[in-house]
Amino acid sequence: MTTDEISRIDQIIDKYKGEEGILIQLLLDIQQELNWIPREVAERISQRLNIPQSQIYRVASFYTAMSLTPRGRHLVSVCMGTACHVRGSPRLLDRITDILKIQPGETSTDRRYTLNTVNCLGCCAMGPVVVVDGVYHSKPSTTDLREILESAE
Amino acid sequence: MGNKGLSSVEELEGLRKEILSKRRPDKPVITVCTGTACQTYGSLEIYQKLADQIKKQGLEGAVVEAKATGCHGFCEQGPVVVIFPQEICYVKVKLEDIPEIVSATLDQGRVIERLLYEDPVTGEKITKDPDIPFYKNQMRLVFGNNRYINPSEIDDYIALGGYSALSKALFKMTPEQVLEEIKKSNLRGRGGGGFPTGIKWETTRNAPGEIKYVIVNADEGDPGAYMDRSLLEGNPHSVLEGLIIGAYAIGSSQGFVYVRQEYPLAVSNLNVALKQAKEYGLLGENILGSGFDFDVKVHRGAGAFVSGESSALMTAIEGKVGEPRPKYIRTAVKGIWDRPSNLNNVETWATVPLIINNGADWFRGIGTEGSKGTKIFSLVGKVNNTGLVEVPMGMTLREIIFNIGGGIRDGKKFKAVQTGGPSGGVIPEKFIDLPVDFDELSKAGSMMGSGGMIVMDEDTCMVDTARYFLNFLANESCGKCVPCREGIKQMLDILTDITEGRGEKKDIELLEEVAATVKDFSLCALGTTAPNPVLSTLKYFRDEYLAHIEQKRCPAYVCKPLISYYIDPEKCQACMICLRQCPVGAISGGKNQIHVIDQTKCTKCNTCFEVCPPRFSAVRRLSGEPVPPPVKDRVLVRRKG
Repeated sequence: MTTDEISRIDQIIDKYKGEEGILIQLLLDIQQELNWIPREVAERISQRLNIPQSQIYRVASFYTAMSLTPRGRHLVSVCMGTACHVRGSPRLLDRITDILKIQPGETSTDRRYTLNTVNCLGCCAMGPVVVVDGVYHSKPSTTDLREILESAE
Repeated sequence: MGNKGLSSVEELEGLRKEILSKRRPDKPVITVCTGTACQTYGSLEIYQKLADQIKKQGLEGAVVEAKATGCHGFCEQGPVVVIFPQEICYVKVKLEDIPEIVSATLDQGRVIERLLYEDPVTGEKITKDPDIPFYKNQMRLVFGNNRYINPSEIDDYIALGGYSALSKALFKMTPEQVLEEIKKSNLRGRGGGGFPTGIKWETTRNAPGEIKYVIVNADEGDPGAYMDRSLLEGNPHSVLEGLIIGAYAIGSSQGFVYVRQEYPLAVSNLNVALKQAKEYGLLGENILGSGFDFDVKVHRGAGAFVSGESSALMTAIEGKVGEPRPKYIRTAVKGIWDRPSNLNNVETWATVPLIINNGADWFRGIGTEGSKGTKIFSLVGKVNNTGLVEVPMGMTLREIIFNIGGGIRDGKKFKAVQTGGPSGGVIPEKFIDLPVDFDELSKAGSMMGSGGMIVMDEDTCMVDTARYFLNFLANESCGKCVPCREGIKQMLDILTDITEGRGEKKDIELLEEVAATVKDFSLCALGTTAPNPVLSTLKYFRDEYLAHIEQKRCPAYVCKPLISYYIDPEKCQACMICLRQCPVGAISGGKNQIHVIDQTKCTKCNTCFEVCPPRFSAVRRLSGEPVPPPVKDRVLVRRKG
């Protein structure tokens, strides 16, 4: 980690110092900052806040919002909520795995994409929905998907 | 405390008067729904352009005001724009419509026909949103104010009478009286179980210990349900006001809101609301000069369905992994850090101010014998009007799905409705006249849950639906207790076998046996209700299970291993559309040469079926029967014209 990264991490840790029950909130902030939770960061939190590393890993591996491996530059999330399911999200997911050649939860070897599935984004009127880097796409066709994914460099 | 720190009821009422005096009821206000669904359709850009255009035409200030509101609920027709005071409602508004809306409607008062909602049955254009059947048949008590309020403006909430229930509770009622009123109202928890709210409050109030907590459960995890999110995003102060009243009745000075981090807009609107309430002296020390202190912390959930369970949620607030624990002693008595903790759902809290303002008797006048008041449902799936609907308890499924929801999409046949999320079940067509309340849904083998209503048509496979929920639950089970962890996995394996053509007759019996074990011996409600999707589909759609097992046939053409795609040589017009779009190149043929699908290459992605022009309808789905062999010599088709 660079010194700049370390100081950013320390700032986040300092925000929570002395408070009770902050581990989940702290790890969420770090996930947001770095897009994953590297081993060095877990060690640093452990040292600075006197929390056993086992506890940090237990929390980070339990929650889907936290990642212990680096994520790709572009996040592709397919909604697997019930409304999207009955409107054909399994087929949408198949098409995306065909194009990206990765399965949900995986990151492409060039770290360009990470593909994941989410359980309901609460925009059921648009279903089936895929979100690419925060932009929602409603019922994309195979051709649409190719364009959307290829435009994410 | 900011300079608006209100220190008495008189000051609150004075402020309300001041806000109202600055607002002229005849002054046009144009509102743009910026709930999550409308935002994804681009409503933020629409709002921005509208505000710019109003400025450009010199209409701002005294003449017209543009306002970004929370979710109106009519997500199917988004982005929705409503112009007050006339209540002119424009649907599916596009960016390029804005200049016309400003010049024609706002400036000259002319209604633009093209943007009005058209009743699909009568073809009639409807101008005002209260006249649209989707809204007309609802009773929007909790959710209705969303359309008037900019969620980041506390003044909007106060203008509509906001925080008057809080001042009534603090100054005209004792905590005991507040508690009695809620008990008398028979309000039941909107998050799933339907436990009487007043009794829950009383348990926490009477539990030993000085420090007590109150919690808003906004960990809305049921897929297909998003009413809590829309309330928290669109009217956060109503939830907050209910929470403060509850804290007063229970004797708590610390509250928590547990909200999913997948709901970023809800988190940010909530934080703004908390900040403003504090500045106004409605939160913090000595609220409205009453001597009552109360503060709220926001805790973001990190993506675990099981953490919505009360004991798990409280463990997560402590910063630990959100797993349930045995509840020999209820969380109302020993919750966060073993202190008495009262947890209610977002919608429950938002109902509290209404009861305090209007009285328990008013509330008891709405709904059914056992379920009082209204309930917000998220009506989704294969229904025409996807959206959030609030109706009095006891309205029938038929009224909700057909009168409000506008019936089934694409003229298909209604098959079932799934309620209660992964813990609920399916209700078949024969119960379409069932009045919807806590008890009736349970009797039909489902449950209210948080209010998701997923409409299914003839193209939905019920075995696949059961498998879908079990797959969800298998992923979300925390794994702490064996019956849930292993039982769900076994049921999922059996269902997967059935949907992939490996089902055997004994599987149904085995499913029922495992289901009974999981139901009886799991630790928390995730496990004890997990078999519901299986049991209710088995109960009402056993013939579909049998078709999968005995004939290896999926009647809804959903289960991929059991279906094939076939191009009817009599109908194919060799138009090349499917051939070009097939993502795996499984279709052969050419111009004037009928197309054939290579069954060994086909991935059953459904593309050919979707793109084949309806006037040809040459692509057919087959299930439970062999694919006819390809015609030997490919017939050249004489093209018409």
